[in-house]
Amino acid sequence: MVAAQTSSQPFSITLRVWRQAGPKQPGKFVDYRSANLSPNMSFLEMLDVVNDELTAKGEEPIAFAHDCREGICGTCSCTINGKPHGPGRGVATCQVYMRSFRDGDVVTVEPFRAEAFPIVKDLITDRSAFDRIQQAGGFITARAGSAPDANAIPVPKPDADLAMDAATCIGCGACVAACKNASAMLFVAAKVSHLGLLPQGQAERDKRVLAMVQTMDELGFGNCTNQYECSAACPKLISHDFIARMNRDYFKASLRASFRPESIGASGGAG
Amino acid sequence: MATLDSKVPAGPLADKWRKHKADIKLVNPANKRKYEVIVVGAGLAGSSCAATLADLGYKVKCFVFHDSPRRAHSIAAQGGINAAKNYQNDGDSVYRLFYDTIKGGDYRSREANVHRLAEVSVNIIDQCAATGVPFAREYGGLLANRSFGGAQVSRTFYARGQTGQQLLLGAYSQLSRAIGAGTVELHAQSEMLDLVLVGGQAKGIITRDLVSGKIERHAADAVVLATGGYGNVFNLSTYARGSNTTAIWRAYKRGACFANPCYTQIHPTCIPVSGDYQSKLTLMSESLRNDGRIWVPKNKADCGKDPNAIPEADRDYYLERMYPSFGNLCPRDIASRAAKRVCDEGRGVGPTALGVYLDFSDAIRRLGENGVRERYGNLFDIYHEITAESAYKTPMRIFPAVHYTMGGLWVDYNLMSNIPGLFVLGEANFSDHGANRLGASALMQGLADGYFVIPYTIGDYLASQKPGSRPSADSVEFKGAEENVTAMNRRFLANQGKAPVSHYHKRLGKIMWEFCGMARTKQGLEQALQQIPALREEFWANVRVPGSADTLNQSLEQAGRVADFLELGELMCRDALTREESCGGHFREEHQHPDGECKRDDANFGHAAAWEYQGPDKTPLRNVEALNYEFVKMSVRNYK
Repeated sequence: MVAAQTSSQPFSITLRVWRQAGPKQPGKFVDYRSANLSPNMSFLEMLDVVNDELTAKGEEPIAFAHDCREGICGTCSCTINGKPHGPGRGVATCQVYMRSFRDGDVVTVEPFRAEAFPIVKDLITDRSAFDRIQQAGGFITARAGSAPDANAIPVPKPDADLAMDAATCIGCGACVAACKNASAMLFVAAKVSHLGLLPQGQAERDKRVLAMVQTMDELGFGNCTNQYECSAACPKLISHDFIARMNRDYFKASLRASFRPESIGASGGAG
Repeated sequence: MATLDSKVPAGPLADKWRKHKADIKLVNPANKRKYEVIVVGAGLAGSSCAATLADLGYKVKCFVFHDSPRRAHSIAAQGGINAAKNYQNDGDSVYRLFYDTIKGGDYRSREANVHRLAEVSVNIIDQCAATGVPFAREYGGLLANRSFGGAQVSRTFYARGQTGQQLLLGAYSQLSRAIGAGTVELHAQSEMLDLVLVGGQAKGIITRDLVSGKIERHAADAVVLATGGYGNVFNLSTYARGSNTTAIWRAYKRGACFANPCYTQIHPTCIPVSGDYQSKLTLMSESLRNDGRIWVPKNKADCGKDPNAIPEADRDYYLERMYPSFGNLCPRDIASRAAKRVCDEGRGVGPTALGVYLDFSDAIRRLGENGVRERYGNLFDIYHEITAESAYKTPMRIFPAVHYTMGGLWVDYNLMSNIPGLFVLGEANFSDHGANRLGASALMQGLADGYFVIPYTIGDYLASQKPGSRPSADSVEFKGAEENVTAMNRRFLANQGKAPVSHYHKRLGKIMWEFCGMARTKQGLEQALQQIPALREEFWANVRVPGSADTLNQSLEQAGRVADFLELGELMCRDALTREESCGGHFREEHQHPDGECKRDDANFGHAAAWEYQGPDKTPLRNVEALNYEFVKMSVRNYK
């Protein structure tokens, strides 16, 4: 965390915010002055105050995505001073506090930018492409009522821990916004690794990685060129090692699919 | 007057659910696809319900106001999920989980529902493990457990401090599978704004597409609400900013009874408020109380000192002192009130003096800093982000905050409200937690309702509906409800007021916290019942909602939600005023034992109060469902 503002004195900044009325309208930066800030205020609370001032003047407030405000739901998604989720390491936009800024700073706020995340309004983008990747294979098929006793399938602790590291992804899209290619490899790799590391996930392992990667490609995300900006911007610090793991999985699955093409993706009806 | 038939099956407690499942009607597989079910909400209860109903063969439409079902606030639950697996061999059983939950709820929940919850808790863990939830494991690969408040066994399963996230992503993965297979139709960024009744039965909803602004009519054979709790009526809470009461409140205004609205849970361990701009209070998981010790200085004079400089002898570990057998792990309502009491005595710490210490120095000595980091690292990180203090070096400061609502729409044993065809799951209903919820039980209830209860009980209702009898969304009832919604939006946008919505939300929150918070009095509640209608009137006269109805408009969304909170707050105060006793999270200062504990009045209030809407500005009707304790003796809760 960058602790720039050390005193508890109120201070002011200039916000340079991307305003765009709708997906088809042109956007532009607009400056707002934000005064009387406390270092203990969160960045989104600062935006709340600016918005209340705009509303009182009869202007439309800045639309921004947010919900839990504790860094877990993945809704908030601002690029602050060119960095997805702003200053600080391992935090989401909602966990950025005004103590990271200095009196008189000009702070630029933009939406996450990627072709696969079209802008809806101001700082809000449409990230439903992530949901579609999940729908393509980000699951273990297990109907309620059919599960064996949970302890019937032991999972070695190191595997469970590593799976958990991958599973902490909050689906915010910072990895895509940070990548010069707007690649979704870290997001997809996290889900593929999480499920692929667990014994429960083996039955659909090949099908999952092939389907998720294919969907990712179809939705307009770019390719990975191993710059690892994704991991650096990730609010959960998910390691790019998972990308290597997914590449390995993808390679093996592709090989197996080419030898057993009929077994991949066949849904099979009851006789 | 509404009929409140709990439909609890007869027979021995442990046989009720098994017998009920054998007795209720089934829908044959070929007919299931002829029924459409609307599920509103996609938290643990909503997503598990939508996925499971789709797997059974029903046509499901799922509505969420979030941009993705994965955002629902179940995701923020930290500590864990209870289940009576007895993997620890420490004496746990279905009966013990049932008993702990009944007692934790201060004998204000329905026995049969709670027993069923304890029974299916074991299936939930199996189901979640099967779907790939990465629960904490021991070195042998088997599941690990931790302890939680209100229990003397270790029955809580967890995934670091992110159990809710992992369980929600598990349920979301099942929902995603169903969406991908085309068996669930997802409507994201779509907010339910009215319930449609046809012939007295719930047959559809009116929604607003939050991106295009389009008002839509959706018909179905049954409607399931899994829309969470209403704690944001207090403005400041641990809820997500978007959490709201709108779906259940508008259903209430269509005739669904609202039960025990005054039962709110104030969580003892949250990060204290720092200023007026505050939008959110952050929870520090109850699991921290396993290893953290809560204290305040014995002497007021020490309150401003560096806590590390206060010697052991001058610290008051008040929970350990007052409740030696449960100590720091006493239930939430008790821990919260104790914190309030020591702060009221002038022994609170921190800049606002509304705080107590949660100290890990003993645990760090015992486990080492890394041992503590392994268990709670992410919570310590969150604390550091917010306060810029390291809890490894200095004790955390915590204070109670609104966290959960036990009240909600009244439901019978089948989770159906008094409106036929309207089912309510998870936090949105009132059924399982009585007057106080134990830690790690919310996740359990959400998944129990969605995975293991509604799939059986909804069939019993649908089997009574002729396949294909679903009314048209063009019927007069739908058009009337749509007009209601558009009229409200028009009124907001035409209002030439001055103040933003947040202004009224903050003021309502202050009234609620002061008069309907941790301690309530007759006089205070009567004052609130004067102030809230006046504030509501001012809101409608002076609120400013910029923008238009046919684009994304967050001010308009917020205005509708706060309008509902302004009505709900009044009902909560009315309920709290009428309930002349103290129980669980509802503490009336007039009704306490000399030691400050809750004084229940089982003879006069051993019931659920289910409020029935009578029209705008009319006093709602208070219906009563007697709670018949057949198997457990109602007794004074004792955690000493």
